[in-house]
Amino acid sequence: MTETMKPLSITLTGCAKTFADGTRALEPLDLKINAGETVVLLGPSGCGKTTTLRIVAGLEQPDAGGKVLFDGEDVTPLPIEKRNVGMVFQSYALFPNMSVAENIGYGLRLRKAEAAALRARVGDMLSMMRIEKLADRRIDQLSGGQRQRVALARALAVRPRALLLDEPLTALDAKLRDALRIEIDELLRRLGITAVYVTHDQAEAMALGDRIVVMEHGKVAQVGTPRDIYQRPATPFVADFIGTMNRVPGKVADGGFVTSAGTIPWAAAPPQATEAMFRPQDVSLAEDGEAHLRGTIAAAFFLGDRTRLAVNVGGDKPLILETGTRRDFRHGETVALRIDPHGLLSL
Amino acid sequence: MKRGMAFYAQLGFTLFVCAFLIVPVILSILAGVTVNYLSCIQSGFTLRWVYAVWDGYRDTVFLSIGISLACLAGTLILGIPAAYALAKRQNALSRAIEELLVMPVAVPGLATALALIVTYGGFGGFRTSWVFILVGHILFTLPFMVCSVLAVLSAIDLKTLEEGAASLGASFRQRFFHVVLPNCRGGILAGSLMVVTLSMGEFNMTWLLHTPLTKTLPVGLADAYASLRLEIGSAYTLVFFLMIVPLLVALQWLGQARPTKFVADDE
Repeated sequence: MTETMKPLSITLTGCAKTFADGTRALEPLDLKINAGETVVLLGPSGCGKTTTLRIVAGLEQPDAGGKVLFDGEDVTPLPIEKRNVGMVFQSYALFPNMSVAENIGYGLRLRKAEAAALRARVGDMLSMMRIEKLADRRIDQLSGGQRQRVALARALAVRPRALLLDEPLTALDAKLRDALRIEIDELLRRLGITAVYVTHDQAEAMALGDRIVVMEHGKVAQVGTPRDIYQRPATPFVADFIGTMNRVPGKVADGGFVTSAGTIPWAAAPPQATEAMFRPQDVSLAEDGEAHLRGTIAAAFFLGDRTRLAVNVGGDKPLILETGTRRDFRHGETVALRIDPHGLLSL
Repeated sequence: MKRGMAFYAQLGFTLFVCAFLIVPVILSILAGVTVNYLSCIQSGFTLRWVYAVWDGYRDTVFLSIGISLACLAGTLILGIPAAYALAKRQNALSRAIEELLVMPVAVPGLATALALIVTYGGFGGFRTSWVFILVGHILFTLPFMVCSVLAVLSAIDLKTLEEGAASLGASFRQRFFHVVLPNCRGGILAGSLMVVTLSMGEFNMTWLLHTPLTKTLPVGLADAYASLRLEIGSAYTLVFFLMIVPLLVALQWLGQARPTKFVADDE
């Protein structure tokens, strides 16, 4: 199938949002979304990610002074129906009074497409989403996964300039979510369309985003590639929100980080660091002589291919690590740990 | 299957209540087609009384049909946009308006009619026109239309549906006619059913609002019972049934639920 959509670049400058009751949903935000890029807005509920998406869509107006530019052209005053963006909603927003095919063709019908062209395009969309068999079904005869496929087909049928997705997978169960996430990923790459994707699920964000915008309390906490954000979190919030982060309190002395459970060699430690942070994969079990830290096992979870351990080393929370060894672990057992110095962080 | 005492007691009670409701209707209809009600069915059946009603009160039948259809049109034009506006804006003001709309149902019809007469009775032709009755009927039936449409609009995710339509390029008008209206079809039909039957049978208020030249069917019915033979009054009731029952059936049929739901499994 040939798609002739020219990808769009989207720029937000100084976009803030204050609701009628005075709540500040979004602090002034500047964001540039490149043509053809998939940007994921990630954060807990109430962080302003959905408001940002709705401002891009034209469903909300930014406070005075905010501007939304599509390919450099100011579209701030335009409502969503004049912006030609495709939108996919968490609750699908499919029209119950129309069949699947009528839903998908609705945007084309509004654009006064010829009957033959409309039918052909709807057929293409149905086969692209592999839902040909559902064409004549009513919406209430579809499962959640099928509904979201119809919603994607409907949004893409009109060849929108950008695709905006507001938690499209949140209403689905875990297994289906994974399957549809892979499909959406393939679709976005194949179409090369500019996409803005809102989610609170960090795994979804890591998998789909060319770049991730992590948001907290109406502000951008960090913008970067999934790898950047995971490996070099800019704030403690980002570190905790993306993946699992271990923290051990202590202080820097003689090229190492001294904790109550032992000393971690850390040549590059910032002198004022009071906490060492590292990911579970940077911790491994060690022989007694090579240990950096010693701790007691608080819990062990056998996951089949590996065992996840929670080890008390004197911090607020136990360290989390995973190991592939075949041995059993007992609660209260003392273990020796090594930390890979490349994985150490301080914020 | 063996059924206990409780079942037969309940069945008996149900039949008793049904009889309580249905027997008078049957008797009334019978009275309308017997030659002489006092000497019972032995006197034989006749359509004489029905013809007499048709000759004497034909106009009230047409007026009632006319008023109820006009009333339906009025409540559709006023009620659907009102329900839509109330569904879109949920705040203290909209709730207050909702309460106020229901007032004409709570206030006795006579009081509403008196208020209408006191306020608008002086407007020459208006007082003597059938439109005067129509205004009263719309006032009384509007809450039924608004409430049943509002109930459906509150049950569907109106905001998201409209946003979905807008994202595909639909203007306000297109959203309203393509998405909002078709999806509150059930509420509109239920409301229409109530409005037409209530308007057709309304007596309370119409009794005060009518003039000798603008008698509706129920007013004519009271008139017939009060001043003519019992058989004519009963035949009148029969005419009323013949009008209202097919109408009810037709509206019910239009509003019938769609086929049962079937949800596919996710693959």
